[in-house]
Amino acid sequence: MNGIFVLAEHRQGKIRDITFETLTKGRKIAEEISSGLTAVLLGKGVKEQAKTLSEYAEKVLLVEDAKLENFNSEAYQKVLSSLINKHKPLLTMMGHTSFGVDLAPRLATALKLPLATDCIDLEFEEKTLLITRQMYGGKVNVKATVSKAEGYIVTVRQAAFEVQKPAANGEVIEEPSPLTEEITKKRFIEYVLPPPGGIDITAADVLVGVGRGIKDESNMPMVEELAKSLGGVLACSRPIVDKGWLSNDRQVGSSGKTVKPKAYIALGISGAFQHVLGMKNSDLIIAVNKDANAPIFSFSDYGVVEDLFKILPLLKSKIYELKGRKA
Amino acid sequence: MDIIVCVKHVPETAEAEIKIDSSGKAIEKAGLVFDINEWDDYALEEAVRIKEKLGGTVTAITVGLEDADGTLRKCLARGADKAIRATDANFEGSDSYAIAKILHSVIKSLPFDLILTGALAGDDGYTMVGPALAEMLGVSHATMVKKIELGDGVAKVNRELEGGLEEIVEVRLPSVLSVQTGINEPRYVSILGIRKAMKEEIKTLSLADIDLSENDVGEAGSWMKIEKMFVPPVEKQAEFLKGTPEEIAAKIAGIIKSRGLI
Repeated sequence: MNGIFVLAEHRQGKIRDITFETLTKGRKIAEEISSGLTAVLLGKGVKEQAKTLSEYAEKVLLVEDAKLENFNSEAYQKVLSSLINKHKPLLTMMGHTSFGVDLAPRLATALKLPLATDCIDLEFEEKTLLITRQMYGGKVNVKATVSKAEGYIVTVRQAAFEVQKPAANGEVIEEPSPLTEEITKKRFIEYVLPPPGGIDITAADVLVGVGRGIKDESNMPMVEELAKSLGGVLACSRPIVDKGWLSNDRQVGSSGKTVKPKAYIALGISGAFQHVLGMKNSDLIIAVNKDANAPIFSFSDYGVVEDLFKILPLLKSKIYELKGRKA
Repeated sequence: MDIIVCVKHVPETAEAEIKIDSSGKAIEKAGLVFDINEWDDYALEEAVRIKEKLGGTVTAITVGLEDADGTLRKCLARGADKAIRATDANFEGSDSYAIAKILHSVIKSLPFDLILTGALAGDDGYTMVGPALAEMLGVSHATMVKKIELGDGVAKVNRELEGGLEEIVEVRLPSVLSVQTGINEPRYVSILGIRKAMKEEIKTLSLADIDLSENDVGEAGSWMKIEKMFVPPVEKQAEFLKGTPEEIAAKIAGIIKSRGLI
């Protein structure tokens, strides 16, 4: 049992931010348990990326194979299993992203190594892995212990750890690819970009964000009118796009857009992490929600605990009043 | 095409106020409305749509207590043909790894071409059951699925990546696909459908009926053990605006104006 592995996530030639976040946390744990940090990079033609990673870890294990060019959980699992079996890291970390959630559960099941997913914090306490994660859409946190084993796997939440660049000058070690056979169950075909939308919510000064609390499609004109009164643009959280009430170019969050308007008015948005990730850096955040314990209030400048349907029409007329004209 | 849908009966918490119970390790369940997990709802709808197009059967499976029959009846009313509930006092405290083992024991003797499940559950959010189950069954998998196109012995699926990007991958059937919300529009159930589903049989299986021991399930067979539940620390505490709705509206408008935005 030695060391900590951080699996690098890259897409279309670029290492994703989550990798540096995970490496930062990995380094901290390695220091706490007096162990070493190894970045693991699987790909094809990624020597340049390996060099970048060497600035964050003592070692970079690099496996290059044409079958690893684009992420494929089947190919990745085979290579990572072989590396874990050979080097026996105490902890293997990766992002809780579409990449990590496709790979980690199956890898952990195959290797019979306990997996803790979507961690926002973790530490070893007397050789026990203790993790912090959220439940119920971010309404509560839990601390949990992971059952004792030879090694552990964790996926960590995006933006949970702030990147700190160490003064590392790691060694890049190339390992031969263990992929002697064809990958048969899964095949990457291509990336598809969402069709260009009619509206760019990232360019708006004022965004009115609407969530599940709007309840019914027939209430949408009401929020649209409020956005109009402010000269703003309507945005939303995931459920509104899922229901088809707004198009996906209006979605704020990890699977949508990241916005930083001068004002973000969150209406009936509970504040699940995925949404908050996309808007928490707005200059001003005002949230209206009937649940006083909604997580959104922990990210807002101003909060209103009230039925939004009571506030909305009054707010609209107030705004027109301040503008000096009638609604 | 024979399809199995794995579903979970969970409390609806997105719009509800939730409290931590006296154990300090779980939430107060009383007063919460339980329903099919939102992601599983989309998985079920997708299964029924595939059946309507290609024929075959849909079997809904859950691990849970008797109240989970509510979710299974909803599945039956929406077009599932059979429902199975794995239930045993020993299952209490199972995390998603233990749940995957139970599902595997139930499913391994059943015929299937496709297993659909939600990408995650709204209660614990582990995001794990689909791929773990696929590994146990030795079949292919894909997660975060936003579109399924079935071909000859394969499925072409769109996976949701970050920032609106998607990727298309091809998986060989049989396969376990974990479905993301928004893949379809789940249908409403007619009252007649619910009434009919009330009469249908739900098959139950206990630990004795499946090929697992006490140590494989519950807390003993789980990877995660919750030690403490607590309210998340506040990043930036909102200043709460109080008063009558009229006063609140005036305050909000005033704040926006003070930023030069009106």
